Amino acid sequence: MLKINNLHAGVEGKEILKGINIEVNAGEVHAIMGPNGSGKSTLSSVIAGKEEFEVTEGNILFQGEDVEEFSPEERAHKGIFLSFQYPVEIPGVSVTNFMKTAINETRKAQGLEEMPANEMLKKIREKSELLEIDRKFLSRSLNEGFSGGEKKRNEIFQMAMLEPKLAILDETDSGLDIDALRIVSNGVNRLRSKDNAVVVITHYQRLLDYIVPDFVHVLLDGKIVKSGGAELAHELEEKGYDWIKQEKVSN
Amino acid sequence: MAYTEEELKKELETKEYEYGFYTDIESDTFPVGLNEEIVRAISRKKEEPEWMTEWRVEAFKAWEQMIEPEWANVTYKKPDFQNISYYSAPKKKDKYNSLDEVDPELLETFNKLGISLDEQKKLAGVAIDVVMDSVSVATTFKKTLAEKGIIFCSISEAIKEHPELVKKYIGSVVPKKDNFYAALNSAVFSDGSFCYIPKGVRCPMELSTYFRINQAGTGQFERTLVIADEGSYVSYLEGCTAPMRDENQLHAAVVELIALEDAEIKYSTVQNWFPGGKDGKGGVYNFVTKRGLCETNAKISWTQVETGSAITWKYPSCILKGDNSVGEFYSIAVTNNYQQADTGTKMIHLGKNTRSTIISKGISAGKSQNSYRGLVQINSRAENARNFSQCDSLLMGNDCGAHTFPYIEAKNKTAQIEHEATTSKIGEDQIFYCNQRGIDTEKAIALIVNGFSKEVLNKLPMEFAVEAQKLLEISLEGSVG
Repeated sequence: MLKINNLHAGVEGKEILKGINIEVNAGEVHAIMGPNGSGKSTLSSVIAGKEEFEVTEGNILFQGEDVEEFSPEERAHKGIFLSFQYPVEIPGVSVTNFMKTAINETRKAQGLEEMPANEMLKKIREKSELLEIDRKFLSRSLNEGFSGGEKKRNEIFQMAMLEPKLAILDETDSGLDIDALRIVSNGVNRLRSKDNAVVVITHYQRLLDYIVPDFVHVLLDGKIVKSGGAELAHELEEKGYDWIKQEKVSN
Repeated sequence: MAYTEEELKKELETKEYEYGFYTDIESDTFPVGLNEEIVRAISRKKEEPEWMTEWRVEAFKAWEQMIEPEWANVTYKKPDFQNISYYSAPKKKDKYNSLDEVDPELLETFNKLGISLDEQKKLAGVAIDVVMDSVSVATTFKKTLAEKGIIFCSISEAIKEHPELVKKYIGSVVPKKDNFYAALNSAVFSDGSFCYIPKGVRCPMELSTYFRINQAGTGQFERTLVIADEGSYVSYLEGCTAPMRDENQLHAAVVELIALEDAEIKYSTVQNWFPGGKDGKGGVYNFVTKRGLCETNAKISWTQVETGSAITWKYPSCILKGDNSVGEFYSIAVTNNYQQADTGTKMIHLGKNTRSTIISKGISAGKSQNSYRGLVQINSRAENARNFSQCDSLLMGNDCGAHTFPYIEAKNKTAQIEHEATTSKIGEDQIFYCNQRGIDTEKAIALIVNGFSKEVLNKLPMEFAVEAQKLLEISLEGSVG
């Protein structure tokens, strides 16, 4: 589904990603772990197509297509979803209105009619229950005055509504208390299927107790320095990133 | 396409004026220039009674002594008042009995604007008094209104048919010597609308007027007078579009509202006059005086969506004379390219327990300047007066400006005055967030702007709200949404 080949990318001439290789297949959950400043958020922004980042070498293939020429909205239409680390506020635009616009714009791009109101309503009801979201919450302005936990839950709600093929969760666990973490993870797990894939980007192992990955990659200074199964995350939690750094040096 | 400041700027600049066409109708235009003779000629042309003629002449004499004001935060080349024609009316054979007799080209103009009379007539609840270059050419729904005793006609007609009402109220809220442009309007007003709602009557439909400047180089001086008698209610809509012109057109209207005891007037405006080219050339000068008077327990609400004009200079105000009266002002002002707007309101609290609310939303793009200027004045005998003001500004790009000039004068210590102001900028992060959800940049801007303006859009009557929302999108985007 997602194949990243020797990806080099940076901002304003400064290279941040220095040759990344990852392959994610449908049905898989990958975790990308790394300390602050290792390039985790840059990687998610580059996949989503944020303009300020420049790809200098390598490529990103999504379902066999090079995404280089696709705008962020085109990537979204093709099924790439990014759960933001810091979701932005849009005053005066309700969660419902935003979702309705996003769904219908995606459908328009796919040559489909707008989603009928009753179908939309049914979907909203179903997905908000899944994430234990109060209906009143949906009429509030997008992310305005939301707590950290509400913001993240809202991101996963949007993911549930948009049903992407590939979901990238960027530090979704930050700002979540234990209950919210359980609800959010539960939501993500329920949305997993053999047809979609999830990439979890995180600093801590904590989230991976709930969303169990098939593969764990360690990102250090713009490179994947180690890959393994779920057990790698535990090892990291115990030994810290220094252990990898030392291992890397001794190699 | 992802999104940068540069691209935003480019996109904003590519918007073209949608309603830039010119209707070729034979018209009756006066030679340029202004003197007492012209003023008298206008009055004669309109077959006005002598008191009206003298009123105009008095205003003209006052105007001659006045100096054009310069305190507004706008810069422009002052109009040459001797180079303007002060009267232009579409030529008509006789009075129209039905729409079929109306010039087909004029009807076509309305069709282009999407406000065909035929369609509008069928739309229940909206009666239109169409003003095209100064003279009302068609009035609809008159009969339904007449049954309730409501008078809704052109001001010229009212001067002839209801002189006692016009004589009593014209100039009672905006005196003819009030300011430079009000005096000019008083001297040369060509036409406008008149509305009277009798005691205790709730007007069953939204009253609406479409204004349009048509003849090249013709200043338009509209005069509107709305009187809501005791315990009555009326909602009045005013919408404006103008054809594209390469020279500046002066517009100096006067609107007077009178809400007698327990009456309520809701006055909504959508203004979309030609804002000038993207190089700042041309565009309408809009210097308007709008003011309402509230007697005891009365209420006046001004709602405006201002997207057009090169220069806007407009402060719809409320004089809260009666005890417990209420004044409201809800405004969205959009400026793009080289547009300049200096707009706001005045809330003059004279009576006890008077309340006022001001919600102003300014959106600036391109190289435009958008200023809010508002006065809240609490008179010494206005016990327990309350005001709440909120002024929000939204900036797009780095070359535009937003300014807020709130003036507060409180002469009674029981007054409660609150003022809130915010300034924000449409950020690349907001756009990217929308993009990532599959919403393209153009739609994202529309979404953000509509969200920002929501509190005011909600105050507009339904059919107007849709039009206004569309207008906001058109004003700020590369193409029609």
